[in-house]
Formats: sequence, C-alpha cells, structure tokens
Amino acid sequence: MSLYGYKLPALSSLILWALLWEFVGRLGLTFFIPPFSEVMVTLVGLIPTPAFLNALWVTSYAFLAGVFFAIVLGIPIGILMGKNRIVDELLLPWVNIFLSAPLTALVPVLMVLFGFGTKTVIITTALFAIWIIILNARAGVRQINRSLVEMARSFGASPMDAFVKVYFWAALPEILGGVRIGVIRAVKGVIIGQLLISIVGFGALFELYSSQFLMAEFWAVLIVLFGLAFALSEFLAYLERKVSYYAASR
Amino acid sequence: MQPIEPETRQAVTDSAVSVRNVSKVYGDVQALKDLSLEFPRGELTSLLGPSGCGKTTLLKIIAGLLKPTSGEIEVNGERVTGPGPDRSFVFQDFALLPWASVLRNVAFGLELRGVAKSEREAIAEKYIREVGLAGFEKKFPHQLSGGMRQRVGLARALSVNAQVLLLDEPFSAVDEQTRRKFQEDLLELVKNEKKTFIFVTHSIEEAVYVSDQIAILLPRPSRVSEIIRPSSFRDKSVDNIRRDPEYLDIVDRIWASLRSYVE
Ligand SMILES: Nc1ncnc2c1ncn2[C@@H]1O[C@H](COP(=O)(O)OP(=O)(O)OP(=O)(O)O)[C@@H](O)[C@H]1O
Ligand SMILES: [Mg+2]
Repeated sequence: MSLYGYKLPALSSLILWALLWEFVGRLGLTFFIPPFSEVMVTLVGLIPTPAFLNALWVTSYAFLAGVFFAIVLGIPIGILMGKNRIVDELLLPWVNIFLSAPLTALVPVLMVLFGFGTKTVIITTALFAIWIIILNARAGVRQINRSLVEMARSFGASPMDAFVKVYFWAALPEILGGVRIGVIRAVKGVIIGQLLISIVGFGALFELYSSQFLMAEFWAVLIVLFGLAFALSEFLAYLERKVSYYAASR
Repeated sequence: MQPIEPETRQAVTDSAVSVRNVSKVYGDVQALKDLSLEFPRGELTSLLGPSGCGKTTLLKIIAGLLKPTSGEIEVNGERVTGPGPDRSFVFQDFALLPWASVLRNVAFGLELRGVAKSEREAIAEKYIREVGLAGFEKKFPHQLSGGMRQRVGLARALSVNAQVLLLDEPFSAVDEQTRRKFQEDLLELVKNEKKTFIFVTHSIEEAVYVSDQIAILLPRPSRVSEIIRPSSFRDKSVDNIRRDPEYLDIVDRIWASLRSYVE
C-alpha cells in the first residue's frame, strides 16, 4: 500500500481502524465497545496474570496437539489418496462431506464418545483442520509431473523412498497451503471445543468476560488470539514462499 | 573348459538388448505390433519414425516402466520384468528434482540405490565435470538453461554406471546450437563409455549423424520397416560427417521412405 508515493509498512491500515475504534469508544455509545486504548491497557495488565497464562497454556496445548494429529495423519492420507485409485474412491466422498459439514454439530457426539476433557477438544481441533490438509496433499500429489514418478521408478526407488524423497517434496507447495488453511480452521476448532466441551482455556475466559460484561477484557483476549493466529498463518505463508521457487517449474 | 576363441566371439553378433515380438495395446490403440529388434553392444541405435508411432512406448518397455502386452525383452540375456540397475533413462523433459541442487540431482540415482553420501557425491562430481557443468554443483535446476538441465539428466544417467542408456528425445527441448554441441558430445560419449545407447529422435539428420544403426519405425501398429547401418563416415572427424556423401544419401533415403507418412 502506498500513500502520496510513500510506501506504507504492511498492516498500516490497522492503525486507521484502531483510531476509528478509539473514537467510537470515546463516544461512549455502547458498553460493548470500550475505547481501544482501554482495551490495550487491559491487555498489558492481563497478560502476566495466572488466569491468562494458564488459559494460554491450556489452549496452546490442545491446539498444537490437534494440529499435530491433523498434519501427521492428513498428509500421508492425502498422498495415499493421490497415488492410489482405490483408496481415493473409498475416502474422497467422506473427506468432501466432512470438509463442508457443520462440524460444530458433531461436537455433542464427540463428547458422548470421548468425554468432557481435553481429549475431546484436541479431537475437535484436529477434525476442523484435517480435511483441507488431506485434500491439498492429494491435489499436490496428483499434479506431480509423470516423468518425475517414472524417474524415481527407473532408478529403482522403493515405495517408501519415492514417498519421502519425491512425492512429499513435489507436493510440498500445496501441502503447506493446506496446512496454513488447516491451522486457521484449527483456531476456530479449539475455541469452539473449549466453549462447548470443557470450559477451559481461552474459551473459559471468553465465557467469563462476556457473561460478566467485561468487554475490555473480552476484546483484549480476542486481540491476543487474533495476533497469535495471524502470526502463525504469516509464518506458514513465509514457508510457502520459500518453496514457491519450484512450485511453478515442477 | 575350452577357452572361447576371440574370433568366434566376434562372429556372433553380441546384442546388449533384444526385443522379441513385442506388442503393446493401449485400450483400443495398438501402439506396437510384433516388433523385434536387436541392439548391438557398445553401439548407438536410433529409433526414428513419425510422431505417435510408438517410439516412447518401446523405450519405456525396454526400461521396464511399461509392460508389453505380449513378447519379451532381454537385456544381457536376462528377461526384463521391471526397471533395473543395468538400464538408465534420460528424459525428454529432464525430470530433475527442482528442490535439489545439481549435485544431489546427479547423485540421486545412486542415493536411491543406497550408496553412501560421500561416495555418491564423489562419483556425481566426476560426471558433472564430464558433461561440462563443473562449478554448477550448488545451483538449482531453475537457475540453469534447458541445455544445462539436460546435461544434469545425462550426468545422472551416467553416474549409475548402467550398461544401457535409454534416451527419449533428449535434445528436443534445447536450442539448435546446443543441440549440435550435444550431438558431438554424444559421439564422444559412445566412443569413451563403451555403453549401449538407445536413442529416440524425430530428426533424420540427428539420427544419421550420431547412430551406428538406425531403426525406422512405421506408423501404428508399428514395426521396424528398415535397419540402416552407416559405414563409411563413422570414423571421420565430427566436422566432416555432414559433408560425407554417404551421410547425405542416407538422409535422403530415410526422408524418401518417411515422407509419405507426413501429411
Ligand atoms: N498411456 C497411454 N494411453 C493410451 N494411449 C497411449 C498412451 N501412451 C501412448 N499412447 C498412444 O500410443 C501411440 C504411441 O505413443 P508413443 O508416445 O509411444 O509415440 P511416439 O512415437 O513416442 O510419439 P512422439 O514422436 O510424438 O513422441 C500413440 O498413438 C499414443 O496416442
Ligand atoms: Mg515420444
């Protein structure tokens, strides 16, 4: 973005929105929107509190565990589907259904199956993330140049070698794209899980602050969450750019 | 046991690769029909024929990448059932790993065969020098020209030290000047490496220029219509081949038999 020929740093539009927020907040139209500065002060005060740090820990744990399972299961399943017609025909309808299904509706079933603890939150998180990871890994493998596959075969690659040394890397640009979207969906999944299943972590904080109309605290936690999700997604986008040099020339 | 006399050994034509009565059917397309062909050891044989006549199909069957519908292939007297270390393939579109350096790409065939890293890199470096890419070991394929990429593909095929090299139109994606240089290098390579080369090309001039033996394939279902063995100019220096009367005669003769298949 540039203004009068000056190149503005990324995200500078956010400053404008923060100013607008501050202005609306100062008008005191509604308790729902306290001034931005008040939210920031609350945020700085909130971060060192045990309640916040505990919520951060609980949420990160469930989130990372969920994303971990979504990735280590999703990528091999996707690659397998891309390489094997039978597996693909068996699984593809399910993947497509779950990708667009309202997974929130499934949470009560998961609670019955897996209880009311962190385990269920992790499973919910993984379920939000995994389908797009599978589909992207599958798409990535399907566009691999045929002659790369034949090259690996002609030099006697074992199926495992072909998988690890050729298919994975050839599909990596798409895989990373899938992981990035999956991670963003997992943020949704972990919060929904914490709100619906066990009232812990950030979910519990949201619940607490909104029920007691502590809007500054509510917004502060939301901003932290947004910031974390954004940083994560930018990091993955950065990894994606690192492999983009060969995405076009496979 | 009686030692075999050198003379009698030479009398028997020694084939590195034998193709016997091979047919290949794709759905309702018969690509090859009852094709037989011998590839003499240490020589370069070109497969020449109109587009779609089954040259790539035949090459991939020899490589073990495709199964023939019927018939069989023998390499050094052993029946081919799949890819093997006695053959290596040079791909028309190079088939390089875009995420790997030149060094790793050239060593990749050895890597898949489980050769230790230091050993395979030493071998790869030798062949990188041999194809004229010294100094480019750390570069990636997207930083190289088409001609240089094909040299990487060639070095990879050479480094596994297979007895039979299969080349599917290896020079068709490079410019004319590079192509001529490649053809000269290929002649050197056939002379020095003592390997059997099977070379697919569209270009009549190229086939006559580089080959010890040219197999002309006719359109589907294709079989060998003619085998030509240039004799007189093979020992001449590379600069004089294109002016040799026999070279010109053979080019004309092949064109005469192929022109009826070109609309
Ligand atoms: N996988 C496939 N499925 C169906 N038909 C195929 C397949 N591969 C090749 N064919 C057909 O078999 C015939 C021979 O193909 P092939 O690629 O071997 O020809 P070619 O001589 O290498 O042609 P070109 O000179 O254009 O490279 C063609 O008619 C082609 O359409
Ligand atoms: Mg072909």
